[in-house]
Amino acid sequence: MKKLVVIGAGMASGRVLEHLFEADPAAYDVTLFNAEPRGNYNRIMLSPVLSGEKSFEEIVTHDDDWYAQNNVTCRFGEAVTGIDRDRKVVIGANGEVEYDKLVIATGSAPFIIPVPGKDLPGVVAFRDLDDVDKMKEAAGGRGRAVVIGGGLLGLEAAAALRLQGMDVTVLHLMGHLMERQLDESAGFLLRRDLENRGIEVKCQASTAEILGTDKVEGVKLTDDTVIPADLVVMAVGIRPETTIAKAAGVEVGRGIQVDAQMLTSDPDILSVGECVEFNGQLFGLVAPLYDQAKVVAATLTEYKTEFVPKELSTKLKVTGCDLFSAGDFADGEGREDIVFRDPARGIYKRLVIEDNKVIGAVFYGDTADSNWFFGLIKDGTDISEMRETLIFGPGFQGGATADPMAAVAALPLDAEICGCNGVSKGQIVEAIQGGATDLAAIKAVTKASASCGTCTGLVEQVLGVTLGDDFVIPAAQSMCGCTDLTHEEVRRLIKSQELKSMAAVHQELGWKTSCGCHVCRPALNFYLLADWPVEYQDDPQSRFINERKHANIQKDGTYSVVPRMWGGMTTPDELRAIADAAEKYNVPTVHVTGGQRIDLLGVKGEDLPDIWADLNKAGMVSGHAYAKGLRTVKTCVGKDHCRFGTQDSTGLGIKLEKKLWGSWSPHKVKLAVSGCPRNCAEATCKDIGVVCVDSGYQIGVGGAAGMDVKETERLADVASEQEAIDLATAFMQLYRENAKYLDRPYKWIAKVGLDWVKERIVDDLDERRALIERFELSQSIYQKDPWAEHVAEIADTYKPLADFQLEAAE
Amino acid sequence: MSTVANDWVDVGSLDAIPQRGARVVKTPLGCVAVFRTHEDRVFALDNACPHKKGPLAEGIVHGNSVTCPLHNWVFDLETGQAQGADQGQVATYPARVDDGRIWLEASFLQLRAAE
Ligand code: SRM
Ligand SMILES: Cc1cc2nc3c(=O)[nH]c(=O)nc-3n(C[C@H](O)[C@H](O)[C@H](O)COP(=O)(O)OP(=O)(O)OC[C@H]3O[C@@H](n4cnc5c(N)ncnc54)[C@H](O)[C@@H]3O)c2cc1C
Ligand code: SF4
Ligand code: FES
Repeated sequence: MKKLVVIGAGMASGRVLEHLFEADPAAYDVTLFNAEPRGNYNRIMLSPVLSGEKSFEEIVTHDDDWYAQNNVTCRFGEAVTGIDRDRKVVIGANGEVEYDKLVIATGSAPFIIPVPGKDLPGVVAFRDLDDVDKMKEAAGGRGRAVVIGGGLLGLEAAAALRLQGMDVTVLHLMGHLMERQLDESAGFLLRRDLENRGIEVKCQASTAEILGTDKVEGVKLTDDTVIPADLVVMAVGIRPETTIAKAAGVEVGRGIQVDAQMLTSDPDILSVGECVEFNGQLFGLVAPLYDQAKVVAATLTEYKTEFVPKELSTKLKVTGCDLFSAGDFADGEGREDIVFRDPARGIYKRLVIEDNKVIGAVFYGDTADSNWFFGLIKDGTDISEMRETLIFGPGFQGGATADPMAAVAALPLDAEICGCNGVSKGQIVEAIQGGATDLAAIKAVTKASASCGTCTGLVEQVLGVTLGDDFVIPAAQSMCGCTDLTHEEVRRLIKSQELKSMAAVHQELGWKTSCGCHVCRPALNFYLLADWPVEYQDDPQSRFINERKHANIQKDGTYSVVPRMWGGMTTPDELRAIADAAEKYNVPTVHVTGGQRIDLLGVKGEDLPDIWADLNKAGMVSGHAYAKGLRTVKTCVGKDHCRFGTQDSTGLGIKLEKKLWGSWSPHKVKLAVSGCPRNCAEATCKDIGVVCVDSGYQIGVGGAAGMDVKETERLADVASEQEAIDLATAFMQLYRENAKYLDRPYKWIAKVGLDWVKERIVDDLDERRALIERFELSQSIYQKDPWAEHVAEIADTYKPLADFQLEAAE
Repeated sequence: MSTVANDWVDVGSLDAIPQRGARVVKTPLGCVAVFRTHEDRVFALDNACPHKKGPLAEGIVHGNSVTCPLHNWVFDLETGQAQGADQGQVATYPARVDDGRIWLEASFLQLRAAE
């Protein structure tokens, strides 16, 4: 009999042996090496063993009897250390074995990120039974576990450890979980489900160090956050285990290279499983390995067949997290999305269609039909006939379209609809059931929408949902083609449903596209950062170029640079620095702006970080001349110089600018402070304008002098400078929290009414204080000079990715 | 910084471009904008809008499209075709990602030089 040696008793080689003995039990005398001190078991069921839902015995696939019956010489617990291809022997720790044919099935090795502390006891990978035992031991069912890696493996480990009773935190480097298998929307739902079972998830978390002296004590992130831990599981990825193959001189790329017969570069050596590379492709799921195993058995029995990689699909084996992904779900030309969201049931489904075929699918929450869809992908079925109803699955007859009121229908009864009067959906529903069947009646009974009125649309939708066809909702202007909701409705729902990420908004409010458009994304980015300054992370890619690069783009693609001049004041040193910068960077135009400061126009994008660094050195920061945010505070010279001046208008202007700068707002915000009613600073046509008088300060709001010229309306007269600053700050925050994106204050005030504004910030001192506190919290995060930040952190991104001009010129 | 292999030029690492973002590659005949979508597809287009030469690399990338930063025309990244009511097309160049690196076809540089 010929001699066959197999290195590695894993899931792939197990299948090979089964097929081989089936085809010809007498063909080979088999020796099976395994580094693990045991034979083949169902590795993919390790998570239930870790959670305690299954015992190891239940997942063994080939036991001692099976090996004995098939005359397999088992050398378990013995790692192969070398292969001598000239003598055709395999070298194990306990001696050599000759072979006629050799199968390398060494699987993968977990990737361990090279950070300090990675070798501490209590840091484990998740690959085999020994790892599971180590985790169970370290945990003892208690304490804190940190799982590094939010992919398939990491999440299974996290869920299992949670079931064991540990406090679990998952750290994931990317923006959303399982980013290779899921898009952002599905990733958001998955995260929410995991959080609901008590697992903490941190995305964009990059591990810097594992802390501890004799055992692991915590994990430190690159942003210096420290998370205490008794156990750290590294599940960041795997690498094909190719060490012995490489040492033996078999051709190895990323994996052991094989042809369609699973032969390596040595015709007597085959390879199978996660250790192989076929046509540049690696494999990390069992389905293709099983196909490979058939081919290996065929090749060993001299029967010619071919390995053809097929479409793969992924599911996560965590109960309660139903997800499915298959095929290619990237956007592309000629590709179309069909998106279905049911916020009430937490369902998201997306199909990617190309040439009338389904080429990719991502489902969350309802995966019942996933096999049917997977079949459509694999078979390349023409779906043009069933296109309209395709997303509803095979059982669907007749058409239905996504319900524009689904988001409101899905709201829990305690969700607040009217923020002014604290009226919940439940109270409105009750009023409707009590006979209030139109808007006026609801207003009268509940007060909902009776104040600022921005929730009117939502109240109407609750009427619509509750009354059905009996109520016709007046059409309102939706934000953009991605949603039927208006800006005001979206703002309200972000607050009442505590939506804290773009993906949360998209899913819970039933967005019709997978990732929004250039109209809704900047607005949502603002709403989220204004409402959740701490929780939400600003998304530069959802900002218009001016705010992304902190400079105003010009018609020829150059930029303008405007440093702050607090209250319109400057010094010879600042002027000198500006002059030097203008010369050094060949600034073609220097202009004194209408906002009392100096604009350097025509700066090249690549020079921005350098010119900013120079201006920073002279003590200047960005003037935000590009921003939907605080722009300038114009002042006049005031009582220090002017014979009519009543108060220190320049000083107050500087104080206001220092307090408010750096904050983002729905539209730009401009201020001015004049020293007397002659009003040389034009304070009566600003968003917030202060006119000083003998008795104190007259504060006006809602002015403008752009496309519309508006005079301010008087908010209040106050006696002290502090009160003036407080009112301006509270007004700014009220505007930030309530206005529609791109509404200047005068437009917003026209909608909510000046009385509504006064009630909140002039009359209600508690509310005024609360607004100021919320503004200050936001400023603790956003009042940072963006120029200095970009110079320090991402100056490189202002340069071209590559420059071929020189090379070509040579 | 850049190496030439066969017909493809390595222009930099995929990580150097943010998702839904772009960077430019300079050539003797002007800039090429290299885009990365939120699903890590990569596209290369002339960095000049057919409307008034707006630098497309600075636009907002959404789905498979970019919105010009100057006057909001929207272009399909793969065909370079203006979307909606606007008329116009931007030249596109072959681009691919391999092992985390972005490659552009070398011949496009010569083509541009020969034009
Ligand atoms: C630079 C400056 C003109 C100047 O050289 O003086 C200027 C320049 C621009 N203004 Fe202005 N405005 C400038 C003062 C003004 C003023 C006067 C003022 O602030 O006292 C007004 C009228 C007052 C007002 O805003 O109510 C003004 C009303 C506008 C408007 C109309 C706003 C409106 O609500 O109707 C726009 C359009 C917009 O913002 O949507 C605008 C938009 C613009 C933009 C940003 C257009 C754009 O998007 O590219 C211009 C940018 C040029 C650049 O690249 O720097 N600019 N703009 C002034 C900068 C002030 C500063 O230091 O920050
Ligand atoms: C926790 C977990 C959950 C998973 N869930 C799924 C899932 O749901 N679906 C799915 O499709 N896939 C899943 N996988 C992946 C799947 O288990 C692997 O794709 C599969 O096990 C790979 O099979 P293999 O035979 O190539 O390697 P392995 O099963 O890893 O076997 C390789 C064997 O070779 C041994 N070996 C290595 N080097 C040597 C040497 N020098 N000498 C001797 N022996 C050696 C190793 O000890 C190991 O026992 C999961 C994996 C894990 C760890
Ligand atoms: S007035 Fe018009 S042209 Fe002049 S700076 Fe303002 S926006 Fe530009
Ligand atoms: S230059 Fe691009 S839209 Fe005008």
